[in-house]
Amino acid sequence: MVRIIGFLVGLAFAGVLLISLFVGVSEYVSSPPAPTAEEEFHLAPKPLHLASDGPFGHFDKKQLQRGLKVYTEVCSACHSLNHVAFRDLTQLGYNEAQVKNYAGSGNYWKTEVPDVNPDTGEASTRKPLPSDHFPPPFPNEVAARAANNNALPPDLSLITKAREGGAAYVHSLLTGYRSQPAELLKKFPASKTPPNLHYNPYFANLNIAMPPPLTTEGQVTFDDGTKPTVEQMATDVAAFLVWTAEPSLERRHSAGIAVVVFLLFGTILGFLAYKNVWAEAKRTVRVTGPLEPKNKAKRKTAARKAGVKG
Amino acid sequence: MSFSWARPYDPKHPFMRWLDERLPLPRLVYGAIGGGYPVPRNLNYWWNFGVLAGLFLMIQIVTGITLAMWFYATNDGAFNSVEHIMRDVNAGWLLRYVHMNGASFFFLVTYIHIFRGLYYGSYKAPREMVWMLGLVIYLLMMATAFMGYVLPWGQMSFWGAQVITGFFGAIPVVGEPLRVWLLGGYAPDQAALTRFFSLHYLLPFVIAAVIILHIWALHIPGSSNPTGVDVRDEKDTLPFHPFYTAKDGWFAAAVLLAFALVVYFAPNALGHPDNYIPANPLATPPHIVPEWYFWPFYAILRSFTVDFVLPAKLWGVLAMFTSILLLFFLPWLDKGPVRSGSYRPMFKRFFWLLVVDVLILGYIGGAEITPFNIALGQFAAAYYFAHFLIILPLVSKYEQTLPLPKSITDSVLHGEEQESAPAGVKTGKKTTSVAS
Repeated sequence: MVRIIGFLVGLAFAGVLLISLFVGVSEYVSSPPAPTAEEEFHLAPKPLHLASDGPFGHFDKKQLQRGLKVYTEVCSACHSLNHVAFRDLTQLGYNEAQVKNYAGSGNYWKTEVPDVNPDTGEASTRKPLPSDHFPPPFPNEVAARAANNNALPPDLSLITKAREGGAAYVHSLLTGYRSQPAELLKKFPASKTPPNLHYNPYFANLNIAMPPPLTTEGQVTFDDGTKPTVEQMATDVAAFLVWTAEPSLERRHSAGIAVVVFLLFGTILGFLAYKNVWAEAKRTVRVTGPLEPKNKAKRKTAARKAGVKG
Repeated sequence: MSFSWARPYDPKHPFMRWLDERLPLPRLVYGAIGGGYPVPRNLNYWWNFGVLAGLFLMIQIVTGITLAMWFYATNDGAFNSVEHIMRDVNAGWLLRYVHMNGASFFFLVTYIHIFRGLYYGSYKAPREMVWMLGLVIYLLMMATAFMGYVLPWGQMSFWGAQVITGFFGAIPVVGEPLRVWLLGGYAPDQAALTRFFSLHYLLPFVIAAVIILHIWALHIPGSSNPTGVDVRDEKDTLPFHPFYTAKDGWFAAAVLLAFALVVYFAPNALGHPDNYIPANPLATPPHIVPEWYFWPFYAILRSFTVDFVLPAKLWGVLAMFTSILLLFFLPWLDKGPVRSGSYRPMFKRFFWLLVVDVLILGYIGGAEITPFNIALGQFAAAYYFAHFLIILPLVSKYEQTLPLPKSITDSVLHGEEQESAPAGVKTGKKTTSVAS
């Protein structure tokens, strides 16, 4: 009974699937889907190599400091960094006084944090303390959209983990702005980049609302004397955003090496213990029953040594 | 427990004797996973994965309870609390990555465990109950994993919850009210998040309880083995401890090594980047996909594209549930008397075809929707149902099986009966110590 019902159910599902397959194939043959501009002109991110890559990867603190400067002077005008606190900057090699100066002196970080006037209770703002998180450039989504042609600049704290391709994607996007290829316009006239958008083949739908943020060499002055080319600024800010996405990355790598070595040792010891325990079981089989072929020779040798004829 | 030669528990220490007389808990453990449980001596490494599944459940429970101490189940706090764990809680990143990837490894070892059961006929009499309880555990795991994935309240969490609860909406008449009742609203929101958190905390303990039943039911006939031949006498078995504890122990260390490589060096490789974007009910991600361990079922769901008598969506939902539920009937669909696939040439071929088929379904479930992928998925889904419901019953009826070994010991020794000790040498410890 189970088999008959099963047979019928199986026939029904397999049958409907094959009908679906047939309908799908015939639709595809009769009207093949038209290619889209995204399919043909979207590019995968260019490869990017950072010091934090690989199992032994460490952050290049000088590079992170440069990246912080690019974020502060360029990106922070529109993009928030909600999950990062000023105190975290000590991990970039700054001391506490430098962090305090960066956050609260007004010379580096300009946006203030919301506060309440202790006398009147009215809403006010104050200079950030190291314990504060980076304050966002816009008080809310409506304000952000109003200032950006109805586009919402995403928070950057996790951006390298939240995009396929990670840091390489960020780097490619920042350096990927160009004019629309003539070939694209010829093939897909309807896909002309609309006003207020910018052509960038690394962006999913090719047209991004963000205007090119890094345009000229020397837009940011690096304190360590590194030449601030667009390529350099894009690489440094991508590296910085790897750090903001996961400040614990270095700790993870170094703990990982120790754990792997420990487990390797444990596995080997465990394997030897297992061999030792089972040797007895295999011996008992040998003496209570017939032999495995590979042990036959051994036993013959043993018999010869013992001086008995086999 | 199961065999007459099972060693009874014999406590040496006076305290253990005292305890045994009042609360025979050590006796229970000894009989279940100690020296008092005789296990076939010929188990291969595919038999290690049940223990590994138990290990990963424990890892999940320990890390999960700790994470819950820091997690806020609110729709505006969940995402931030996870990031707080990652950044500011001591070793929080480790707990969370272990929990996240622990789910993947739990499913991986469970899938190997299930396919081992399929190949070696572990579902056949007298172990039907073991098999069905195992499937109950698997269903509970799926529910737990789904609800756990919703908790960080990222984009995939939210839209995954939207899609999966949408299945219930496909049921005629009661579907839509049922969906709203389950979610506590028209879309996933605070009510859904809080109840998912509550159930996500509860279900692992239910799983642990069903695992106890699973092991209890297993101990009645005892473990199966790669030959599928029943245990005859004491020579065929070894006590679980120390033999299989040693084997499970080193293998568990090796699997934990692989686990550590993923947790420490590629912790996000198995996840989806979109789940690092906070949930936004107004922005649908371009490709909504569940976690990898659901991909084969997701592929079956999406393969129904034609309204044939019933709406395509309902076909998909019915097929998806049937694809798992049919496994409950496997002991009665495959009635071949030979258990192990090693002695069933035709069955063996179809088994490997099924493995490839499920891998294809898994690939399709996670891949982008293209006309080719849809067609391949439909073909693979059709084979999945045909395999269990049409091919397997026919194979079990008509196939010619190979001769079985006389006993387990016999199979271990490659059946060389005639071979015996050389004349004049006594079989005993003395000879073998020379020989080895």
